[in-house]
Amino acid sequence: MNLIANNLTYKPSDQYHLNEVSFNFKEGNLYTILGRTLSGKTTLLKTIAGLLTPDSGAIEFDGKDFLKVPVWQRNVAMVYQQFINYPHLNVFENIAFPLRQRKIDSEEINNKVMDSLKSVGLVGYENRKIQELSGGQQQRVSLARSLVKNAKILLLDEPLVNLDYKLREQLREEFKSLFSKGLADETILIYSTTDPRETMELNGEVIVLDEGKVLQVGPAKEIFENPNSLKVAEISNDPPMNIIEADISNEQIRFEGIEIKAPSHLSKLTKGGLNIGLRSSDIELSENGHEFEVELAEISGSETLLHLKRGKIKIIISIEEVLNFKIHDKIKIDFKIDRAYAFGADGKLESSPFGGLNG
Amino acid sequence: MNKLYIFLKYFFIVVWTVFVVAPFLWALTTSFKDFQSVNGGVTYIPWVDFEPNLEGWKVLIKSPAKGGVDIVEPYFNSLFVTCTASLISIILGTLSAYALSRYTFKAGFVKNNDITFFFISQRIMPPIVLSIPFFLFLSSINLLDSLTGLIVVYIVLLMPIAVWIMVDFFNKVPREIDETALIDGCNPYQAFLKVVLPNSIPGLIVAGMFCIIFGWIDFFFAFILTFTEVQLLPVKIVALNSSVTPWWSLSASALVSVAPLIIVAFIVERYLSKGNLSGAIK
Repeated sequence: MNLIANNLTYKPSDQYHLNEVSFNFKEGNLYTILGRTLSGKTTLLKTIAGLLTPDSGAIEFDGKDFLKVPVWQRNVAMVYQQFINYPHLNVFENIAFPLRQRKIDSEEINNKVMDSLKSVGLVGYENRKIQELSGGQQQRVSLARSLVKNAKILLLDEPLVNLDYKLREQLREEFKSLFSKGLADETILIYSTTDPRETMELNGEVIVLDEGKVLQVGPAKEIFENPNSLKVAEISNDPPMNIIEADISNEQIRFEGIEIKAPSHLSKLTKGGLNIGLRSSDIELSENGHEFEVELAEISGSETLLHLKRGKIKIIISIEEVLNFKIHDKIKIDFKIDRAYAFGADGKLESSPFGGLNG
Repeated sequence: MNKLYIFLKYFFIVVWTVFVVAPFLWALTTSFKDFQSVNGGVTYIPWVDFEPNLEGWKVLIKSPAKGGVDIVEPYFNSLFVTCTASLISIILGTLSAYALSRYTFKAGFVKNNDITFFFISQRIMPPIVLSIPFFLFLSSINLLDSLTGLIVVYIVLLMPIAVWIMVDFFNKVPREIDETALIDGCNPYQAFLKVVLPNSIPGLIVAGMFCIIFGWIDFFFAFILTFTEVQLLPVKIVALNSSVTPWWSLSASALVSVAPLIIVAFIVERYLSKGNLSGAIK
């Protein structure tokens, strides 16, 4: 049972929310929609759920025109980024709600709800009021409610984004084990997120979305290794990939007075106005490197993010330890240039260390 | 500083309480007085200051033939008109408010906010401006001086209040709750009845309270649109006045006319403190 979309377009004002989005989702698979805030992720999920009608385009599910099926008959489940539950019902009734709607007999409802509670680790909370639960528990309730339906299409709209760091890590692990247990072989799972790390960990098929347009589709590994454009490279890395304008000639990469011998996958590029892309983790501190000035140093968790400047170039590097720097300190760094990407002036990938295109 | 604050706080509470309660006490004592005790200077304590009697109260239920004024019928008329009009206003108002909050309407330059404002504008106009159209309207459909006519007019007056309060309330109920209900298999009507409405009880109670209060205290339209067949309580009470003002029965009728509102206030207060939307969205 495939979910097929054809040129979905939705433009409520002068900005595209969806711009000719097409895809073919197959049952039993996990699809991750990666995109920044306002890239159209929620719009896409709502369109699949039936809460929004696109201006043009078609959705087909199981061979039927999905746009003609009203929301309440589509048998989809959705978890919102805000923790949406029914405040007037307790935990048990919240989860039982979609089943009661289907007029299933109460013993079966009881069993299903208890199973669902077990799978999200909320056994013993049946009679609590929603307001008495923490954010993470509330999100588990809405997850349980969407699991209990056994829906053919399960939509998760940035389900972890409003949780604190620790809970997010924990729930992400639980999600992974839930998903890997193979929810149901015929379920299509669609997960939207802004977080590249989450995307890689979920390791599904990734759809990169920006300003309503699909930029790249492929397995998580492929997106990470061979982003097909500057935009994708920015969206799929956190912190975003550093982009440095450079020229390559005589097997030398030149920018801001720095000259580095080009690695083999870049040396044959001769176009001018190239953009060299380097991940923040592919730049390291080094005694005999090139001098940069510290603009900002932020410590996040166990790593330090350094915002550096040299002439017109601004880059971010991440160091796997907590270090203290002062603003305007001069430090020396070296580039792991064999990990560098090259993008053309038009933003398209020219060469990747993982063998994309010219490599 | 802290002690001063506490002192001032209680001081103002006491002053305010006296301010609010004193008229009631005054009315209560006056209702048990007769002509002599009312005109014999200010007195408060029954049996000590004056000799209490029940004349002021008895008159209210005695029929006019026996020299009474009989406010029982107007009282039930008022109850009936207020409750019916409020109930219909709440039902219609809640439905329109939900539509105005959730759906987008457009007729030329008229949009949702304009429609909401149109409802409120019914209350902005001075009643005197509305009185003549209402009079002509009711007379044209033969409903002058009837309970039905009054109910129709009161619905026009009360529904804007319900719409206004409920639009604001529904706007605060996250749309995602309705959407989740739709996704969980409810059609739009079920989503409204099973999910939105149960979470809007505080709003419904506030709207209901305002409708009941404004319906119950209206004198103007009841006075203009009724003559002899039907009388509402406020009109009847004002009609008690005569060349010798019967302060005792006026006080007694004032007290019984306030009673329903006090009961409503006590019920509402209990529900209002239980607003339970906090868990919908965090």
